[in-house]
Amino acid sequence: MANMIATRDAYGEALKELGGICEDIVVLDADLSGSTKTSVFKKEYPHRFFNVGIAEQNLIGTAAGLATAGKIPFASTFAVFAAGRAFEIIRNSVAYPKLNVKIAATHAGLTVGEDGATHQALEDISLMRSLPNMVVLCPADAVETKKCIYKAAEYKGPVYIRLGRSKVPVIFDESYEFEIGKGVQLKEGSDITIIAAGVMVAKALEAAERLEKEGISARVINMPTIKPIDKDIIIKAAKETRGIVTAEEHSIIGGLGSAVAEVLSENYPAHMVRIGTMDTFGESGDAEELMEKYGLSVGNIVDKSKKLLSK
Amino acid sequence: MDKYSDLRKIASKLRTDIIEMLREAKSGHPGGSLSACEVLTALYFKEMRVDPNNPEWPDRDRFVLSKGHGAPVLYAALAEKGFFPKEELMKLRKTGAMLQGHPDMKGTPGVDMTTGSLGQGLAAANGMALAGKLDKKDYRVYALIGDGEAQEGIIWEAAMLAAHYKLDNLTVFMDHNRLQIDGLNKEVMNIEPIDEKFRAFGWHVINIDGHSFEDIFNALEEAKNTKGKPTMIIANTVKGKGVSFMENQAGWHGKAPSEEEAKKAIGEIGGVING
Repeated sequence: MANMIATRDAYGEALKELGGICEDIVVLDADLSGSTKTSVFKKEYPHRFFNVGIAEQNLIGTAAGLATAGKIPFASTFAVFAAGRAFEIIRNSVAYPKLNVKIAATHAGLTVGEDGATHQALEDISLMRSLPNMVVLCPADAVETKKCIYKAAEYKGPVYIRLGRSKVPVIFDESYEFEIGKGVQLKEGSDITIIAAGVMVAKALEAAERLEKEGISARVINMPTIKPIDKDIIIKAAKETRGIVTAEEHSIIGGLGSAVAEVLSENYPAHMVRIGTMDTFGESGDAEELMEKYGLSVGNIVDKSKKLLSK
Repeated sequence: MDKYSDLRKIASKLRTDIIEMLREAKSGHPGGSLSACEVLTALYFKEMRVDPNNPEWPDRDRFVLSKGHGAPVLYAALAEKGFFPKEELMKLRKTGAMLQGHPDMKGTPGVDMTTGSLGQGLAAANGMALAGKLDKKDYRVYALIGDGEAQEGIIWEAAMLAAHYKLDNLTVFMDHNRLQIDGLNKEVMNIEPIDEKFRAFGWHVINIDGHSFEDIFNALEEAKNTKGKPTMIIANTVKGKGVSFMENQAGWHGKAPSEEEAKKAIGEIGGVING
């Protein structure tokens, strides 16, 4: 059994490390520092941590102002409130002026679990991806999260980083190299390609193993940068395999699946199927049970892959 | 002797520029630009530490026009101060021009924050003031908000934060001209008692005549001497100030003057028509 760590925990650790390296790093939260793990930074660097209270619009607006003065603000809250409630502040005060604000949104997707639909962001990637100047990252595990946070801090401009609440398997070791805008092939395969992001990467790897046992060679691509998307790796996969399956803990509308479909349709039309939530809200429940119920499962990836190949 | 005669001349110049810009652009917001001319003149031509040759000087005082639709008065002041050539003013709002309909910090030297969507500028000003405190810099942050703008929820989120973090390096003016697009504030959505509201939020509040330089400078002095809390200067103003047919008319919030109207307006302002 792999080591299990939530990406939000890795975020807190990365912030703490970065805080020691770079004096300009400041962190803002909207009364959720215990949940988003920005409290880890706060404990170490209290004078560089600002709680704005339950006020997500002000969270982003204040971060924008700090960025104009040379700070590198990481603003955190749940993905629903960051991308949703504060959307227009992100658009006009961060993305349009291309300010150096990092929005690290935790509790994305169904794995929020028991809190239910109001707190399960399934459209945040779609919203953030549509903004000019915005980089959108969705790391798969704790190792990748740390590397994402470091790269986001180095990058000059707005970055949205999507993180999760639940513990997920650690799939990378420290030698893993992350680069903004690059997909990573995790497994070779010649029949079909599974492109996944976030918590679905571990499931894609498991699905590929199962497919292998059934004689189907599945390539697995991890796509931690949803924007700018790595076109080359997608087109190459379309050329070399017979179909593309995308898997994400997000609506099939506007997220990774849409981004891949856009690349394929304009460059190398291929058979594809998108796995994600099917234009629906979530509900309360155990995280893994919800993932099963909404089709974000190893079984569904296997089924959809086989169906696609039978076309 | 009128100790403010030079500043008065500048304010008239700004008013003339505003009318000419809007006549050329054939759209824009004259009312709330004209009401803020004395405040902008006081800030840019006496109060603020800025350098037109080094617009991004880290130690400069900052100004955020949170009521971004007042862009014409900001542009007129920045051009007059020498941040960019005056010819740019006549290209306002035109395709490919530097001067956007609302302030764009990336495209226009001297603009400290991109604004236009109401309420957001105050939050950004807070961020600048926090950064100043963190870096132990002595620069001051100024912002101008509208009175109708105080209907935005983020204004009150930001008002809480500024008091909570004791941002005494932040001074905000409210251009209290009592009018917004749909009419009087009190008829659209009453904001009064606005001074009591900010006071209750922990601000030092000063009520002034927003067209009196004497009042403006006294208030700025008081703000600098106020420790431990931000200052809100409620500048009671006349929308469309200086142009008889625009004064106190909600209809002139977002409408450009015709050639004929511009001529009449500039005549009243006492400015010289440039073209």
